[in-house]
Amino acid sequence: MEKTATHATHAHEHPPHEHHEELGWWRKYVFSTDHKVIGIQYAITGLLFLLFGFGLMMLMRWQLAFPGKPIPLIGQWLGQSRAANGIMLPEFYNQLGAMHGTIMVFLGVVPLAVGGFGNFVMPLQIGAPDMAFPKINMMSYWVYFIGGVVMLASFFPTTGAAQSGWTSYAPLSIITGTSGQTYWLVGMIFLITSSLLGSINFITTIVQLRAKGLSYMRLPFFVWAQLVTSFLLLLAFPPLEAAGILQLMDKVAGTSFFLPSGLIISGKPLAVAGQGNPLLWQHLFWFLAHPEVYVLILPAMGIVAEIIANNTRKPLWGYKALVYSVVFLGFMSFIVWAHHMFMTGMGTTMSAFFQTTTMIISIPSVVILTALLLSLWGASIRFTTPMLFALAFLPMFGIGGLTGLPLGLAPSDIHLHDTYYVIGHFHYVVAPGTIFALFAGIYHWFPKATGRKMNELLGKLHFWGSLVCINLVFMPMFIQGLAGMNRRMYDGGAQYAHNQGVLHWNVVQGYAAWGLGLFQIFFIINFFMSLKWGKAVDKNPWEATTLEWLAPSPPGHGNFLTEPIVYRAPYEYSVPGAAKDFSPQFEPEKA
Amino acid sequence: MNIPYTVEERPDSGLANGKLGIWLFLASEVMLFGALFSTYIILRTGATEWPHGELSVPLGALNTVLLISSSVTMVMAWAMLKLHNWGRHRLYLLATFALAGIFLVNKYFEYSDHLARGEGPSHSTFLAIYFTLTGLHGLHIVGGMVVMAYLLGPGAKLWKQNPDQFTNRIEYTGLYWHFVDLVWIFLFPVLYLL
Repeated sequence: MEKTATHATHAHEHPPHEHHEELGWWRKYVFSTDHKVIGIQYAITGLLFLLFGFGLMMLMRWQLAFPGKPIPLIGQWLGQSRAANGIMLPEFYNQLGAMHGTIMVFLGVVPLAVGGFGNFVMPLQIGAPDMAFPKINMMSYWVYFIGGVVMLASFFPTTGAAQSGWTSYAPLSIITGTSGQTYWLVGMIFLITSSLLGSINFITTIVQLRAKGLSYMRLPFFVWAQLVTSFLLLLAFPPLEAAGILQLMDKVAGTSFFLPSGLIISGKPLAVAGQGNPLLWQHLFWFLAHPEVYVLILPAMGIVAEIIANNTRKPLWGYKALVYSVVFLGFMSFIVWAHHMFMTGMGTTMSAFFQTTTMIISIPSVVILTALLLSLWGASIRFTTPMLFALAFLPMFGIGGLTGLPLGLAPSDIHLHDTYYVIGHFHYVVAPGTIFALFAGIYHWFPKATGRKMNELLGKLHFWGSLVCINLVFMPMFIQGLAGMNRRMYDGGAQYAHNQGVLHWNVVQGYAAWGLGLFQIFFIINFFMSLKWGKAVDKNPWEATTLEWLAPSPPGHGNFLTEPIVYRAPYEYSVPGAAKDFSPQFEPEKA
Repeated sequence: MNIPYTVEERPDSGLANGKLGIWLFLASEVMLFGALFSTYIILRTGATEWPHGELSVPLGALNTVLLISSSVTMVMAWAMLKLHNWGRHRLYLLATFALAGIFLVNKYFEYSDHLARGEGPSHSTFLAIYFTLTGLHGLHIVGGMVVMAYLLGPGAKLWKQNPDQFTNRIEYTGLYWHFVDLVWIFLFPVLYLL
């Protein structure tokens, strides 16, 4: 009912010359070429995968908190091959670990941050009617969808899903004789193809479809972040595709690209040609996967920048420095990958090079964080829900970033490698960092996508509960990691003497993780309730300055009612002498 | 709703959307094959012995000639459109398609020869990288042929409605095709001669 009602109003709002044929339900909501529909499809699919991946982690947390105890409620449904009599088997724990990482990164965060926000917001912010290649855009979503289905399907064979970590290090991943890894590789090839199609589309759109007057230095920072992210996806993913093809050959065609000569498994030599190179996999994997870290973080920084400028009612501090930093960051991210490999024996020369580049890349990250922090100085801040999430991003990402420095230096990394310290570090970047920024983005752009605001009270409950719980999950990991607790033990490493002093944190982390799950219910309720009963808003409820707030909420097919023209820089808030405290990009100077 | 710059060039970038798109795609392809060639180098430098003379140089040389010729006919197919010579355009595009087909037939004989001797990809690291690289390249050839078949068949109707857009499509196909050709020009010496 409501959908037809909103649609009728759109038809009215369209200027008469822009008649377009009525599309059927399938073409309009399922196989749509409209960037906003595709963005929402990506966002919802991504959110569902985030929830699913989080569910896998909650299962793991049970096993770590209470090793060897039957999983309550759902343990009996998992089947004897996964949890015998409800007690989690080590193989299943490994599957959960590998698939949690894969799903969160490749099926959750990236599709939401790039496919979702990038698709929905970026064309609006540059004043484009749609993406440059709408059909390729649709194809990109559906290829991603198939990749997701393949990944999910891998749980169903009794031997289960991939279980060699999200990094799938060879030779372990190849010699593990189950079909899960093959599913994983095929799924990854789909996902890589999808992001390749997406990134070509994003770059072309940003270069070609900017509105009149929108020069590069007038682009909102979010668009810059998406542009650099797209270049990373475009150039870093193909080597992983190559590596995936090679590992697939090892799995199904019996080659030995990553299998060295004389490999002995369970006392028997492996019957392959040999002469392969296991380190090669790590190089190819991390050549993607380090830029991938920036694919995860840059869109988040873009979202946070938009929200901070809007809620501080001030221009961003150091816009140019932000732009130069993000470009430099993108470039540098291609030459730091082997800092993940200090322990492989690749040699001190290599280590020295990569730890130098790693220290250099921390500089632009600090510039960006500092600029965002200084933007708060002297502001009269609006503490809306999106702003709370964006503000929390700053210290959370700060902790994640700073704890990365000891990992980037070979001498300290040797002690910390493969401990829970590493897990704590990158989760601070990605979970309370990026995912908080993504929540901020959802609360911020929800009114644009639906024409309604989300509830502030539920939003604040969601925020404060999540903030407390998530820190209780990840902060103890630093303590555990410094004590030397290994990250891959299915019982947390209960038999080791050095773990005894820190094992009890697993119980705290368990309760915190399940609590974190409970607080997400506020978000889910808020999301659906606001769709129907949220406060209806006009075009520009946040009194923002960028172009997406010129389009109707929600924007119709083709986005803008009149061709947008840009007159000024993106964050002209509180301009002295102006009548109001925001001067949108689309408003001409008053004479 | 019309997307701007699908056919005409945007003044400040000097490009139409499709041309930028195809160049970006080729950039990613360079990274894909770059990673595979790096794999080749690392495997070969790490190997204690590397086989020589396993592949038929005459067949490989013939395929090189075929692909270079097909690049020439591809350019001619585009040039004929610029001269509004539709008949010649069809002829050259068909020739490109045919040359690509002959290339694949040759490749089929090479493959089946190896497989008949029981020398599949699992036989040695050299054959593994040979089958992977040429197989992936072959898939690119097939992809190019599918696009050409479309432009010879149902896609050709566009010429009547929007000749500039059709000419652009031929140009983009050509850019891709030259890239596929270029990959082979690297593959031939690396696998057959060195």
